[in-house]
Amino acid sequence: MTLITALGCSAALLLISIASVLLRRFSGRNALVYAATLAVSLLSLACGIEALLVSPAGSPTLSLPLGVPWLHTHFRLDALSSLFLAIISWGGVSSSLFALGYGRHESSPERILPFFPLFLAGMIWVVLADDAYVFLFGWEIMSLASWALVVSHHREEENIRAGHLYLTMAAIGAFTLLLAFGLLASAGGGYLFSSIRASALSPRLAGAVLLLTTIGAGSKAGLFPLHAWLPLAHPAAPSHVSALMSGVMTKVAIYGFIRIVFDLLGPPSWEGSLPLLLLGGVTAVLGVLYALMQHDLKRLLAYHTVENIGIIFIGLGLALAFSANRIPWAAALSLTAALFHTINHSLFKGLLFLGSGSVLEATGEREMDKLGGLIHRMPGTTVAFLLGSVAISGLPPLNGFASEWLTFQAILVSPNLPQWALKFLIVAVGALLALSAALAAACFVKAFGVSFLGRPRTSAAAEARETDPWSLSALFANAFFCLLAGLFPGQVVNALGPVVQELAGQALPRQSLPFWEPMIPIAQNRSSYDAFLLFVLIAFAGLMIAGLVRGIGFRPIRRSPAWDCGYPDPSPATQYTSPSLAQPIRRVYASSLFGAREAVESSPPGDPRPARISVKMRDPAWEGLYLPIARIVSFLADRLNPMQFLTIRRYLLLVFLLLVFLLLLLSLWI
Amino acid sequence: MDLVRPTLVQAAQMVLVLLLAPGLTGSVRKLKARLLGRQGPSIVQPYRDLWRLFRKSPVLAGNASWLFRVVPYLVFAFIWLATALVPTFCLGLPFGPWADLIAITAMIGTARFFLALSALDVGTSFGGIGASREVMIASLAEPAMLLVVFTLALVAGSTELSAITAFLLSPSAGLRVSMALALAALLLIALAENSRLPIDNPATHLELTMVHEAMILEYSGRHLALLEWAASLKLLLYFSLIGTIFVPWGLAKPGSSLTAYLAGGSFYLLKIGTGAIALAIFETGLAKMRLFRIPDFLGAALMLGLLATLLRFVSGSL
Repeated sequence: MTLITALGCSAALLLISIASVLLRRFSGRNALVYAATLAVSLLSLACGIEALLVSPAGSPTLSLPLGVPWLHTHFRLDALSSLFLAIISWGGVSSSLFALGYGRHESSPERILPFFPLFLAGMIWVVLADDAYVFLFGWEIMSLASWALVVSHHREEENIRAGHLYLTMAAIGAFTLLLAFGLLASAGGGYLFSSIRASALSPRLAGAVLLLTTIGAGSKAGLFPLHAWLPLAHPAAPSHVSALMSGVMTKVAIYGFIRIVFDLLGPPSWEGSLPLLLLGGVTAVLGVLYALMQHDLKRLLAYHTVENIGIIFIGLGLALAFSANRIPWAAALSLTAALFHTINHSLFKGLLFLGSGSVLEATGEREMDKLGGLIHRMPGTTVAFLLGSVAISGLPPLNGFASEWLTFQAILVSPNLPQWALKFLIVAVGALLALSAALAAACFVKAFGVSFLGRPRTSAAAEARETDPWSLSALFANAFFCLLAGLFPGQVVNALGPVVQELAGQALPRQSLPFWEPMIPIAQNRSSYDAFLLFVLIAFAGLMIAGLVRGIGFRPIRRSPAWDCGYPDPSPATQYTSPSLAQPIRRVYASSLFGAREAVESSPPGDPRPARISVKMRDPAWEGLYLPIARIVSFLADRLNPMQFLTIRRYLLLVFLLLVFLLLLLSLWI
Repeated sequence: MDLVRPTLVQAAQMVLVLLLAPGLTGSVRKLKARLLGRQGPSIVQPYRDLWRLFRKSPVLAGNASWLFRVVPYLVFAFIWLATALVPTFCLGLPFGPWADLIAITAMIGTARFFLALSALDVGTSFGGIGASREVMIASLAEPAMLLVVFTLALVAGSTELSAITAFLLSPSAGLRVSMALALAALLLIALAENSRLPIDNPATHLELTMVHEAMILEYSGRHLALLEWAASLKLLLYFSLIGTIFVPWGLAKPGSSLTAYLAGGSFYLLKIGTGAIALAIFETGLAKMRLFRIPDFLGAALMLGLLATLLRFVSGSL
């Protein structure tokens, strides 16, 4: 029943999409589309939660006579699907709620309204799919709809470039997934997930599938060095779509990866976890370092998605290593950590992107160095954004810390692994994870501090207005769940139990139910963490001190100008900006990694022009991977150019030669 | 189950660290002054300073927001609680299972996050200079600290401080290379985290060199008092941490008699006193480093931590 309802929801989203085209002239269409999407997303959220928490045992399947005539399309709702269905639906709920207010200011709604519900429907199909056709169909709908949303403001040069790059990377990703499914189906002879699951691949083919899936799902999720499109495309879309792309679409990619590697591929080999762990660690650190170098708020958030994907992949790599070595409890711990972080990231990244949307709407600025002082003008947005910043920086008592804590616990049980390569790598990955956690806090001191605190740097920031109640309620709904998941991590671990049980063959021990009990992932005397009581105690200690201070002798606050060393300069340009705030970190880390060079250009004495400082940086992913590939492609294209102008006779000759070549190859192969 | 006594012990510890912290700062200052041949202010001077500051009315900059006024309380609460979670004179604190060593490290991180934000709130260059330097230092010190935690956790099979100490007291602990490396790393981290020489000079107000003082420059009155107190508490936290882990003797067992607790308390005071003397001698002999030499210093801590963890992964006995 839940499966049918969920499918009904996706069909309803499709209908909304069509209706938005038909209702072109209707003035209330904006509100109508978003309200309908909101209602449908709420329903499918209920389905996901119902399937995950209330009746986790059955995994209903359904085959519908759709698509290619003699092949039915197959759907299934197991625990993993229902978890990701809930994540997608929550993303749909919060961004539709936000867009009820935000969407009113859209200049060209006809470029967004049809694709927004379609995008959600595509993602729902991916997670409900029970055969490769439906999976790839949903995947492509998701890619194309989000591409259309990325280029919705197509008059800006940068967006077109982002869209082009995104389309290229999405095509490569879908192509590798297609090949992966081809290999998976080769053993059992069918594209149905159940027949893939029943057949086993040879180790070499399994390795190839793992590689292809890592490229296909990893490029969509933003794994280094395949992340290059992500920081361009995610910020280019309208903010509620950015929230969906960063908070939810990357999670669908994670779903695809888990589904193929942990479910369809069969028993894993430990070698497969090496590249995952390495890529995860490198992605986490480089993602946050890239983010620290940004001065565009939305781009900073997009790079942070890259970092968090790295953290999730570290958890997945650990899970693979443990389950290959038949240590199911440790695999369960790692997988729980990865899935918990997946949920958390979708919550706080959604919140932060929506918050950046509010800022963009209020000031028209994405550049942090043109903002400042918003805490006075937009109090609600500030509180929500602050909560999101604390959560994403992995600080207690919010949810980001809970999942990072679990990941650390998983790293600490890795001496149980027999392979030396894994032991060494996991130490290094642990250090990288610790480094990325510390840098994330630095990054959000910068993002929040420069945008919301200090004095306004432009008149747009000085005259910002608080955003509308719809948008605010979406922000606070996300912030509320961040707090809830942070304070009661044990309950989230319990909720993830069926999913982990399904994938790792064992779940973490059930966390005891009174909500104030600590979370104990392995054993009482090994490690435990009780966010709720810690939070209560901190609140109590803070209030008690405040009361005591009042008791000692309370004097009212006086206001006066800030200390200026006797040189009053009213210009807000004297404040630290985002590049200057990141300068020490840039010197320490980026001078070797990104080749950052500072150049001071001062005019000769007597010349009144101001001196300028400029920073030049290289992007290792672009210079190491993309530009060489682009050069090879354009070199080949130049060489092959004459082929465009042949006669039909020559073309036929080429076809004939190719046929002979392929037949030769085939005869040699067999 | 006896609930009264552990609660009393925990409450005693919370009050003890609160009262002891300014005294520690005062004694380090006094010792440093004597080593430099000065008379120096009395040991109780920090208490007088706090009392004076609490009774003064705070002066806020014109555009300071609510965050600026809330942060001192937040920072104080986080640091106080983190300090109260580290065993000082006895083991088996009832709050122990709420936060392990990773969580304690992260709580210090939360306090730092808010302090750096409050530094940016007024919108002066001083705040910016302090915040940007502090986050750079933290970006190296925090991972190093986590690696030390990894080493301890791998040695003791637990991230709980009580369990770690109990293991180190047991005969199976022995002398280990990895623990020595972890101690060296932890000492370097403690200097950086508490803004001591050679990373930062707690006595300076020179723009070129300030880090912590630049962040709290705009604070005054009771807000400043809370932040100063929190800074003393943080110093005490690191003293207790090093004392509990590396000199675990003399701690009272849970449920022992009052005399055992008192003995534990005097052992603790002895440890803190020795630590204060060592810190004073160390700081007197050193000059402050240039800011961009700090990464080398903390990089060494990071590498020591990594080496210690690696040794543990390689062999169970090192």
